[in-house]
Amino acid sequence: MNLATDIQSWIELIRQPWHWAVSGAAISGILFLMTWMGKHFGVSSTFKNLCTLAGAGKKHAFFDENLKDSYWRFAFVLGALGGGFLASQFLSSPEAVAISASTIEHLQQDWGFDYPQGHGFLPVDFFNFSNPMGILLAIVGGFLVGFGSRYGNGCTSGHAITGLSHLQLPSLITVIGFFIGGLLMTWGIMPLLFG
Amino acid sequence: MRLISFFSVGILFGIIMTKSEAVSWFRIHEMFRFESFHMYGIIGTAVVLGAIIIAAMKRFKIKTLSRSMVSYTPMALSVKRHLLAGSIFGLGWALIGACPGPMFVLMGQGFGIMAVVLASATLGTYAYGIFQNKLPH
Repeated sequence: MNLATDIQSWIELIRQPWHWAVSGAAISGILFLMTWMGKHFGVSSTFKNLCTLAGAGKKHAFFDENLKDSYWRFAFVLGALGGGFLASQFLSSPEAVAISASTIEHLQQDWGFDYPQGHGFLPVDFFNFSNPMGILLAIVGGFLVGFGSRYGNGCTSGHAITGLSHLQLPSLITVIGFFIGGLLMTWGIMPLLFG
Repeated sequence: MRLISFFSVGILFGIIMTKSEAVSWFRIHEMFRFESFHMYGIIGTAVVLGAIIIAAMKRFKIKTLSRSMVSYTPMALSVKRHLLAGSIFGLGWALIGACPGPMFVLMGQGFGIMAVVLASATLGTYAYGIFQNKLPH
């Protein structure tokens, strides 16, 4: 077997949808790499770094920090961007994300969301630049995530993955908070917005 | 050289997050509706293996590349703050179906609207910086 067909068969292997256990193990591999490289794996601090980059440190002491210690985080999120591009271009499976039949049914019957759309990654029929409501909710959602993650000193990667792996009680309580907010939005607020 | 390493791990992260489907709005929606085990399986596996990895690194005193030991500076416990902050985050997470990592990954996948979400998240972080003294910590 020559190298080209070898790579081809590897790509075919990666392209199929991954079992959750494979995905979970791969994420713990990222945690290992980041820890081994001497960092606490957490993405949301990037937003704080961006504020500092934009000059917020001159007005508010909270943002007044040396960005040199955060260059690695910019490198990491640029990589994440590139990884998303590579995966969607060369490694995506032909079929859309296989979510459960009951979720598909709920989306179609209750909210009129077709499935699949956005290859099963994002409801692009709603979240797009020609839908003012979609833009508004993208702004609201992003704002809440940015505000909440800094207030809680971390997001899903910092608390749910890194913090819990370090057996941190504050992280566990924060993750419980993620679910309180998430369930409230999913069951209480979104039916009012989309229903 | 070091930045290239972090960039490379970022690429790996972007690919893994895409293939795990954890960046899917629909997967997050399904998770909060308890209609699939997928997301719980991913997070559960990652945390169990992660805890074993961290414990092993501490137990066998494995030095990091910056020659330090694996450690964690605990946050001061404040149930009110954690629950409140977590809930605010959760409201946003369920609405746009993406937490900070996936926002970047989805942007890379070509979903342009994520630029709006990323800008707004930065603004939200800025708002926290302004109002933090008025919030319970």
